[in-house]
Amino acid sequence: MIRVQSEDFDPGAEIARLSDGRTDIGAVTSFIGLVRGGDIRAMTLEHYPGMTERQLAAIEAEACQRWPLQAVTIIHRVGRLLPGERIVLVAIASPHRAAAFEACEFIIDRLKTDAPFWKLEERHDGAHWVEAKGNDDARAQRWRK
Amino acid sequence: MKILYFAWLRAKIGTGEEDLSPPAEIATVGALIAWLKTCSRGHAEAFAEGSLIRAAVNQDYAGLDHPVAAGDEVAFFPPVTGG
Repeated sequence: MIRVQSEDFDPGAEIARLSDGRTDIGAVTSFIGLVRGGDIRAMTLEHYPGMTERQLAAIEAEACQRWPLQAVTIIHRVGRLLPGERIVLVAIASPHRAAAFEACEFIIDRLKTDAPFWKLEERHDGAHWVEAKGNDDARAQRWRK
Repeated sequence: MKILYFAWLRAKIGTGEEDLSPPAEIATVGALIAWLKTCSRGHAEAFAEGSLIRAAVNQDYAGLDHPVAAGDEVAFFPPVTGG
């Protein structure tokens, strides 16, 4: 399931939903990304409606080809968020933990380099568009083997 | 042709969406960028740093030699920073 939304999500409810009513799931993993404070007073997330969902669906489909996954949830928020607020949830259900861990990391790594979202940070000296990190490219590249 | 801009490209150009009719000989993403640069000072500034710009045609990533045609949705944006 893929959702792009401005409102917050309930991690517990989303994670529980993955395995509700099922007896065939052996492992659930999740990743939650938060707005880190410090010099950042707020950040505004912009996206490309339509292409965002297409890219997330493509990443999900690739994960499902590579690992035996039983359920995938990707939720990404857009709009203005304050430090401590949740940005993104990736949650995976699989028969075994190795696949669940790896697929979760794969999806967030690829989301960071492929899904068309942009962050505008508000700092003490004004608003700045966040620049892409080479480190993120390197992490996503590891999965292209 | 529907042209979309995101993040700082949108800010520099002053709009997020334009409906343009480039000349028929504009047949690739690269040629479209070269033509857009001539449209206004804002466009020229936005496209000045070519290495910082990504393109999508009909919502899929596209390189400079990817074809473009009337009716396409072409988007330009900086490297993405979600997650």
